[in-house]
Amino acid sequence: MAYTRSKIEDLVEGKIDADTLHQMLSTPKDPERFETYVEILQERVPWDDKIILPLGPKLYIVQQKVSKKWTVRCECGHDFCGWQDNWKLHARVHVRDTPEKMEEIYPRLMAPTPTWQVIREYFCGECGTLHDVEAPTPWYPVIRDFEPDIDAFYSEWLGLKVPERADG
Amino acid sequence: MNVNVKQTSLQSATRGLVRGGETLKEHRDRLMAATKSTGRYAGLTKLDLREAEPILYNKLFSRLRAGVVDARETAKKIAASPIVEQEGELCFTLYNAAGDSILTSTGIIIHVGTMGAAIKYMIENNWEANPGIADKDIFCNNDSLIGNVHPCDIHTIVPIFWEGELIGWVGGVTHVIDTGSVGPGSMSTGQVQRFGDGYSITCRKIGANDELFRDWLHESQRMVRTTRYWMLDERTRVAGCHMIRKLVEEVIAEEGIEAYWKFAYEAVEHGRLGLQARIKAMTIPGTYRQVGFVDVPYNHDDVRVPSDFAKIDTIMHAPCEMTIRKDGTWRLDFEGASRWGWHTYNAHQVSFTSGIWVMMTQTLIPSEMINDGAAYGTEFRLPKGTWMNPDDRRVAFSYSWHFLVSAWTALWRGLSRSYFGRGYLEEVNAGNANTSNWLQGGGFNQYDEIHAVNSFECAANGTGATAVQDGLSHAAAIWNPEGDMGDMEIWELAEPLIYLGRQIKASSGGSGKYRGGCGFESLRLVWNAKDWTMFFMGNGHISSDWGLMGGYPAASGYRFAAHDTGLKDLIASGAPIPLGGDVDPENPTWDAMLPKARIKRDKQAITTEEMFSDYDLYLNTMRGGPGFGDPLDREPAKVAEDLNGGYILERFAGDVYGVVVKKGADGLYVADLPATEAARAQMRKARIAKSVPTTEWMKGEREKILAKDASTQVRQMFAASFKLGPKFERDFRSFWNLPESWILTEEEIGVPTYGSRYSMDLSELPDVHTVQLVEE
Repeated sequence: MAYTRSKIEDLVEGKIDADTLHQMLSTPKDPERFETYVEILQERVPWDDKIILPLGPKLYIVQQKVSKKWTVRCECGHDFCGWQDNWKLHARVHVRDTPEKMEEIYPRLMAPTPTWQVIREYFCGECGTLHDVEAPTPWYPVIRDFEPDIDAFYSEWLGLKVPERADG
Repeated sequence: MNVNVKQTSLQSATRGLVRGGETLKEHRDRLMAATKSTGRYAGLTKLDLREAEPILYNKLFSRLRAGVVDARETAKKIAASPIVEQEGELCFTLYNAAGDSILTSTGIIIHVGTMGAAIKYMIENNWEANPGIADKDIFCNNDSLIGNVHPCDIHTIVPIFWEGELIGWVGGVTHVIDTGSVGPGSMSTGQVQRFGDGYSITCRKIGANDELFRDWLHESQRMVRTTRYWMLDERTRVAGCHMIRKLVEEVIAEEGIEAYWKFAYEAVEHGRLGLQARIKAMTIPGTYRQVGFVDVPYNHDDVRVPSDFAKIDTIMHAPCEMTIRKDGTWRLDFEGASRWGWHTYNAHQVSFTSGIWVMMTQTLIPSEMINDGAAYGTEFRLPKGTWMNPDDRRVAFSYSWHFLVSAWTALWRGLSRSYFGRGYLEEVNAGNANTSNWLQGGGFNQYDEIHAVNSFECAANGTGATAVQDGLSHAAAIWNPEGDMGDMEIWELAEPLIYLGRQIKASSGGSGKYRGGCGFESLRLVWNAKDWTMFFMGNGHISSDWGLMGGYPAASGYRFAAHDTGLKDLIASGAPIPLGGDVDPENPTWDAMLPKARIKRDKQAITTEEMFSDYDLYLNTMRGGPGFGDPLDREPAKVAEDLNGGYILERFAGDVYGVVVKKGADGLYVADLPATEAARAQMRKARIAKSVPTTEWMKGEREKILAKDASTQVRQMFAASFKLGPKFERDFRSFWNLPESWILTEEEIGVPTYGSRYSMDLSELPDVHTVQLVEE
């Protein structure tokens, strides 16, 4: 079923009431959600390039207004890279690989042991937002976690026109 | 193609058992051939009954589904074991003649596929001819080499006949408290091969004419330590199966066999189509990559194993590439997974794939229509020889969940990326908790009986944070959507262990804009036990549950145990004694109260049987769930609430969340908003200052790889994964731009490599036909 725009706004803000949340979880999905959601997010970001796909609370694939290039962008406006690149390779990283660094964020004995597992924090180099945390073993390649098929998603699943893209 | 009775069989020389006269093998072969050629279950390109008589179809579904749930609720009251009676560790499933599940009850629904695998094994190995399958027979199975999760999940399987012909099966499963393995408890750790896992039963006929055979009753009860629980659990399963069989007979009498028969196959195809529709309705096509790890710290004095070659530290590795195609089909490929090992955490391909539905019912398919349709709608690739598809008949399985939950938690992240992108924020979940700690053991209990215990308190871990709210604290376990921590009073009746405390485990949930739910901790005092042992199990060196989109992983576990505590004298003298929780393990308060005790306080969260005496202590700590989003975006008032509720330790309000708090006159914390804003601005700057461009960091990490600078367990994990996953190795080499001369083998690491070169699969035994359900 469809929800009012204000309910979706509540959802985005983490203020959704329990009854509606339960309804959202327990009934079939509202297919128009994506458009409403993106519209709400678009109004909240400090730039007017089009959001193509939200990747995280402050991370988006956007269409640059003039060039029509698609890039991965932080909410602050910082562009990491083209949308088909792994944005983490263009971020700043802080690796917690000693007990001291682990105990800054976990109680002693409740932190991973760095010879088994490290914590990698990926930040925006401009505003310092933490966009992702990886917790693999040492040596682990940086994970390319998501390669969306946006063309099929827009045109075949949602029946929407795929926004123009300079890189074809 | 339809699944109507095959008329030609009626004239064949040997009439089979299945309705219409096919043998079970002929029936299954026909269905599988049609499934393969059409891509639709049993070749059902049209759902005749559902389309022609939708009300009847839904009536059949609702009535049967309600019946299996009712059977579970009724039957569980027969059990005495708190695992079944309190925790609900049981499940009933209805199958069609080919062993494909039609519908299942609530409970431990991983078994939607495992009992079906047992039925398929009977079909493929011609049980029909020998030992024969007749109306009112009873079969028992717990064989993990043919698809069971672990030996303590005991299956009772009963065929269903109508007018002398087989029309289906019903299976019931309970998690029993002991299987007579090397150590007491249902999921013991001391053995490193299957032969130590305890009583193993392969689809054995244990009863006829609805009566259990006397030799079975005598043999089975003496194979386990907890005889009474074993026998009552069996009656629970038999009663539930018979309730469901009776229900099916009543339904057929009222609605006709034709309608039931069609329903029994159409429901599976309906389930397959339902999954496809949900994938399209909720996700985004594309490729998702995620990985899970967990520690196996066996190179330690408190891990006593019989074989030198098992005494090594290793890491479970489960990388997953999930591909969602634009037609709504999907594929899960676990290329690069590590090898099975000499421990009890291996899993059969069926428990791995069937178990995923336990998770999916909590997210992608939260409907009552849980059956094998979802499995037919999913392509799994589990390379042979990995821990999730072992190639050796010696492997042990008793606690396969240690690996399963740690591998599946990664799938939440992949799916959640798609839910987040589409705006279905209500479905986002950062992951599940590592479902531990497990406290097990045995000896003579407070009733002077031989006993075994497995505390199921960890059926109530923290859950992962969502994109709209915090995870639930002390609430659930991934393997049982209706999990419950159980009442202390009941556990104290079941175990010679008194509670000295039970409270929220502060800072066990992962930090984030939305916090992972916290686990809890129980302090147990051994009391009125004799010749008692205990052992423990959970993640320690590794947190298997990463956070999502800036959220942090849940905390990992540790061990606190105390022997020779002197508590008897301390209590007599009225001195303070440990009570409540081990609130801040960095600043412990209990240890000083027990000056003469031998205290074990460390990261060794897995142990084997250790002697415990009355007045000894153990802290059972339940894990939390992972967090979501940047912690600096958490509402400051929520952080103050976390402090007031005991969900986080005070220092992390500032260090992790950048929230400055002050204490009010009422003793409660409140957030200082201007100071918080300033502190957070400072922290964002500090983040930039202390971090480096990822490509810069990669240069240093590459140097470490070239120098093979990593712990033994990390090198062993990569070497084992390279051997079984050539693509994983190629991708690794390419990412780090490694020269061809760089080679990493297990042999060079200097640890035992038993099992890496020589193995022998169950399928190599004479007259054994295994059922392969995944791509290998």
